[in-house]
Amino acid sequence: MNVLIYLVPMALALGLTGLAAFLWSLRNGQYDDIEGAALRALTDHDIQTR
Amino acid sequence: MSEALDLSTFVQHHDGTAHIDLAIEGVGCASCIRKIEDGLMRVPGVVEARLNFTNRRLSVDWHHNELAAADVIAALEEIGYRARPFQRERAETDEAAHARWLTRCLAVAGFAAMNIMLLSVSIWSGAGDMPQETRDFFHWLSALIALPTAAYAGQPFFRSAWRAIRARALNMDVPISLGVLLALGMSVIETASHAHHAYFDSATMLLFFLLCGRALDHAMRRKTRAVAGNLAALKADFAHRFEGVELVQVPAAALKAADRVLVRPGDRVPADGVVLSGASEIDDSLVTGETLRRVVTMGGLLYAGAVNFSGTLTMRVTAAGSGTLIDEVERLLEKAVTAKSRYVRLADRAARMYAPVVHATAALTLVGWLAADASAHDAIITAVAVLIITCPCALALAIPAVQVVASGALFHAGVILNSGDAIERLAEVDTVVFDKTGTLTLPEPRVANASSIDAVLLGKAARLALSSRHPLAAAVAREARERVPYEGASEEPGQGVNVMIMGTEARLGSPAFCSVEKVESITPGTSLIAFSHNGESTILQVRQALRHDAIKTAAALRALGLKLMILSGDRADAVLPIASALGIADWRGALSPAEKIAAIEELKANGHRVLMVGDGLNDAPALAAAHVSLSPIGAADLTQAQADAVFLGERLGPVRDTIVMARRARRLMHQNLWLAVIYNVIAVPVAIAGHVTPLIAAAAMSGSSILVTVNALRARRAS
Repeated sequence: MNVLIYLVPMALALGLTGLAAFLWSLRNGQYDDIEGAALRALTDHDIQTR
Repeated sequence: MSEALDLSTFVQHHDGTAHIDLAIEGVGCASCIRKIEDGLMRVPGVVEARLNFTNRRLSVDWHHNELAAADVIAALEEIGYRARPFQRERAETDEAAHARWLTRCLAVAGFAAMNIMLLSVSIWSGAGDMPQETRDFFHWLSALIALPTAAYAGQPFFRSAWRAIRARALNMDVPISLGVLLALGMSVIETASHAHHAYFDSATMLLFFLLCGRALDHAMRRKTRAVAGNLAALKADFAHRFEGVELVQVPAAALKAADRVLVRPGDRVPADGVVLSGASEIDDSLVTGETLRRVVTMGGLLYAGAVNFSGTLTMRVTAAGSGTLIDEVERLLEKAVTAKSRYVRLADRAARMYAPVVHATAALTLVGWLAADASAHDAIITAVAVLIITCPCALALAIPAVQVVASGALFHAGVILNSGDAIERLAEVDTVVFDKTGTLTLPEPRVANASSIDAVLLGKAARLALSSRHPLAAAVAREARERVPYEGASEEPGQGVNVMIMGTEARLGSPAFCSVEKVESITPGTSLIAFSHNGESTILQVRQALRHDAIKTAAALRALGLKLMILSGDRADAVLPIASALGIADWRGALSPAEKIAAIEELKANGHRVLMVGDGLNDAPALAAAHVSLSPIGAADLTQAQADAVFLGERLGPVRDTIVMARRARRLMHQNLWLAVIYNVIAVPVAIAGHVTPLIAAAAMSGSSILVTVNALRARRAS
């Protein structure tokens, strides 16, 4: 069972990383325009030449 | 636009760049995003343009010495979109912050629930052969996650419960908070004494499920609020304000008392005020419901929302003076809002019945086990387990889940809810009181005898009407099939418009201007406008027309068992034909705002639950006094703000749809409450008997929550 000593903290650390990532994206305004983000993916803005 | 447009009140400056928020009309597809953003970025000086597709708002930044806000709007108009500056209201900003807070709580609770479950599943599956030290270690680890989580993510519930207790009331959050705190407290004590069971997983999962409900409810409300805000911004008119001798266009919202404003024929009066010079006829129908036009001259009072009909006026903006209609409306409104009895929501009523029963059951369990010679420790543990298993997860989700689904369905049907408990109140209605002007009738006048006029002649009249700004001409222009004005049309102020069509002169205007014999006006409130061309002539009768489906809707509402009534500010002889067409026997005309309230109070005193449907400024106090209220979207601002819900479009049908959907939603809410009760009836005996393990608690809780949520989805079915 000694394996738990590093497996459990690792699992928690991974979970916390996910939580931190979500909170960052929330603060960053990633969820302010959910419908728009879905549609923007369809337009090929970056390969446009002008 | 030849005159300058001043939008400075809406523009925010920070070091060199200016920023404005705009509400955009007509954004419907993915390509609009590109078209608007790229189109604006091509305008020199624009730094950043970002369209929020979810709430149809555009935020633009530009170098303020290169460009003015008016240029941005003009550029958008060129691309093909109508935009209006948008003032973010305090309430909306606060709500956005609250929504972010709820989402953060949800994220934390979700993270904790997942990780604790990871540990709990190991304990459950290893129940027999897990060494005690490992189990204790897992329990302490769960506590390490659960306690800070509850302290953070439980705040929405704890705060609300605390508020309720301080006000000596009970709401759903009181048993929730109690359940969570007890579950955590007991688990810590149990863990300290090396026991088998701890309920950290149940407590965090409960928080997670409930926060899901809260967050969804909040998101729905924010979405509808944003749409209502946009509609208000797009509806807002511009006013022509004198600055010295120059005329500058400003949004009506930017007007201040003592400003001098020019009101041209066909314009809406932008603010309350007094006429300084000029004379005209004023259509007050949006304000008082009166369809007969009023003549104003110097010193006459003008109300915001009225339409200037014939002459150009210069007015001075006043703050609401004493003795005016606006003043009376404000005063009545204040009284009506404070007098409105505080409505107790279904969820809170359920909590009031539920909490004492549950707490009494837990107490009885404790006493019962003690009487049966169990140890004090076992008796307390069992009693707490009863509280945990009855913790109203399903009960607390039962109503918000239906509310979210139902308000989403109403939103698609063109009805926007302003208040959260409107659905419950709408379902209880037994009497519908209508205002006449703008509610039963269309807000703009129509050609009443269009069907009896030769189609070719009417088509020509309508095309010619496109060249005039006169409100009567606007009504005629609405009949136009091809919206192409004739070239070279010229307007004779106060008379009409004329143009040469294929070599002969066509005239649209007063009967005298068109040399047509004037006929007797058939019904009061009807205006006559004549058209002549090439020897042919006709008289068009323009008046307020009934909404197309008004008769059908009135019949449908009666079929639902509702009593119908009309309370109008218009004269009795104008109300009578409408009332008889709709078959409404109970009607009253020429009512002041105070009399409307009195009539509604009388209905309320007789035990009726009144739905008031109205749009006029004079309806605002009556809307606030009624049990629940609806308003068409074209209503006066004050009225729209008072209504519990607004509906879009030219049909009256949404009134019926709203009531039908609200009733179905209430039925589902009741069903959900019963489902939650049945769940408790099954679970509580198990808990009293002392057989509840954390596994059973977790399974029962998620099972019942999923059940009520699925049941709530049925509210989405179209009516």
